[in-house]
Amino acid sequence: MTNGAQLARIRRGTIASVGLLVVFLGAWQWGPGVLGIPPFIVPPLSSVAAEFVRAWQLYHLPLHTGVTIAEVLAGFVLGSLLGALGGYLLGMSPTAELALSPYILALQIAPKVAFAPLFILWMGFTVYPKILVAILIVFFPVMVNVLTAVRNVDPDLINLARAFKASRTQIFWRVEFPSSMPPMFAGLRIGSTLAVVGVVVGELVGGNLGLGYLLTFGEGQANTPLVFVSIVMLTLVGGIAYVAVILAERRVLHYLPARGAGREI
Amino acid sequence: MSAVRLEYRNVTMRFADAGSSSTKGGVALTAVRGVSFSLHDAEVVSLIGPTGCGKSTLLNIGSGLTVPSEGAAFVDGERVVGPNAQVAFMLQKDLLLPWRTVAENVMFGVEIQGLPVKERQRRAATLLANFKLAEFSEHYPHQLSGGMRQRVALARTLAVDPHVLLLDEPFSAVDAQTRMVLQRDLAQTLKQANKTALLITHDLAEAVTLSDRVLVMSRRPGTIIGEIAIDLPHRDDPIARRRNTKFNDYVAQLMDRLDIAHVALEREAER
Repeated sequence: MTNGAQLARIRRGTIASVGLLVVFLGAWQWGPGVLGIPPFIVPPLSSVAAEFVRAWQLYHLPLHTGVTIAEVLAGFVLGSLLGALGGYLLGMSPTAELALSPYILALQIAPKVAFAPLFILWMGFTVYPKILVAILIVFFPVMVNVLTAVRNVDPDLINLARAFKASRTQIFWRVEFPSSMPPMFAGLRIGSTLAVVGVVVGELVGGNLGLGYLLTFGEGQANTPLVFVSIVMLTLVGGIAYVAVILAERRVLHYLPARGAGREI
Repeated sequence: MSAVRLEYRNVTMRFADAGSSSTKGGVALTAVRGVSFSLHDAEVVSLIGPTGCGKSTLLNIGSGLTVPSEGAAFVDGERVVGPNAQVAFMLQKDLLLPWRTVAENVMFGVEIQGLPVKERQRRAATLLANFKLAEFSEHYPHQLSGGMRQRVALARTLAVDPHVLLLDEPFSAVDAQTRMVLQRDLAQTLKQANKTALLITHDLAEAVTLSDRVLVMSRRPGTIIGEIAIDLPHRDDPIARRRNTKFNDYVAQLMDRLDIAHVALEREAER
């Protein structure tokens, strides 16, 4: 575990990673031609890049991206807040958890994206059904993680606070809430990527805004490069959301033993 | 003799036996029965006994976390009805909060009790200096060794300035050498601050090293079956006490009282 060896390993890994990217991009550019795959099945990298510029100028790519980002953000923030709230409430009331657990389980098993058409029926071709799907899909991983964390707080720790005459509120803010942070962030990481899934499904099902819409638009025109552009942009949006969570986590959980670089990504 | 600090009066504790639900419902398991003893001011008393004899139950009753089925504990003559500021406990686990620095951990109790920030910081600084941890006050618990963490836990316990310390095997999780150092720290602190302490331990040598008196408990249901006054000098200097020629006599005496050979034979038979 010497620093030098670790640095060397990180450098080797980074070089390999970049190398793989170059190979992948090269294969994308020239692979289809070599293998005789027609461009409307797998368009080469250059035509996807050209389509990106075209979409930026003609199809309002920045607008669609912005709308998707806003929906992801809203869905993720609201879903996380509700999930955390639910987790704390259920965590502190075993009776409520017992009463609600079958329904929670049922909702957890139900494929959340299947609600998208329903929400569009309810709320029309607006941004709201997309946000709602994201909320629903983000809610569960966050809630379950927070609930488990609250349950798993060392009872001796609670007793220690109680022995110092801590009130219920003090126990929550000084022991239970901080204890739940690491598992909550694990839930938020999952939630950040799921939020993108929820929003995209909503956009695929209906509406005329967002990257999901652009994707179906491209599909309708048999514009394969536009489909690829949309997918790349969606991946980018999801990646940014994930990295944002990681950065927040590093700040909040700074007190934990140093985590190996690259382990969390 | 000085004032009684901590007293157990005829304490009995029964638990519903969760393990025997298949048999008659609601079978009560008696953890301790009719336990009475008292600790005088500045006295250090150890409680030894076989595993599961209810030592920790007595500690929970003393700290007000558990209400006994019968009888009561008294601190400074007042009946213990819940957690109170005169009593602080410390366990085998250090129970340090990983998101707090060492100094913040020491201040945990006084912070809950609402002491002014200046006073909290003063107490933390003094205690950390006493325990030679001043340079680690801004460190996080994971950066410390097990022995240091346990010293921080002791500092946290002392920070609330309790009259009575309840210690449940506080050093059983650290290695033998560290334990000796911690025992010395504890012994000196208790002596200097004139604290009353009830120490639960499995380590007979530790009991003789640190205490004025040792109480021996029976197996469940736990009762006090013996009391041995440790008439040795140097209660604040474990190393000197261990060197005393009579030290081993006391350990042997405790061994006899606990009937350790007998218990060992029974354990063999159970297998």
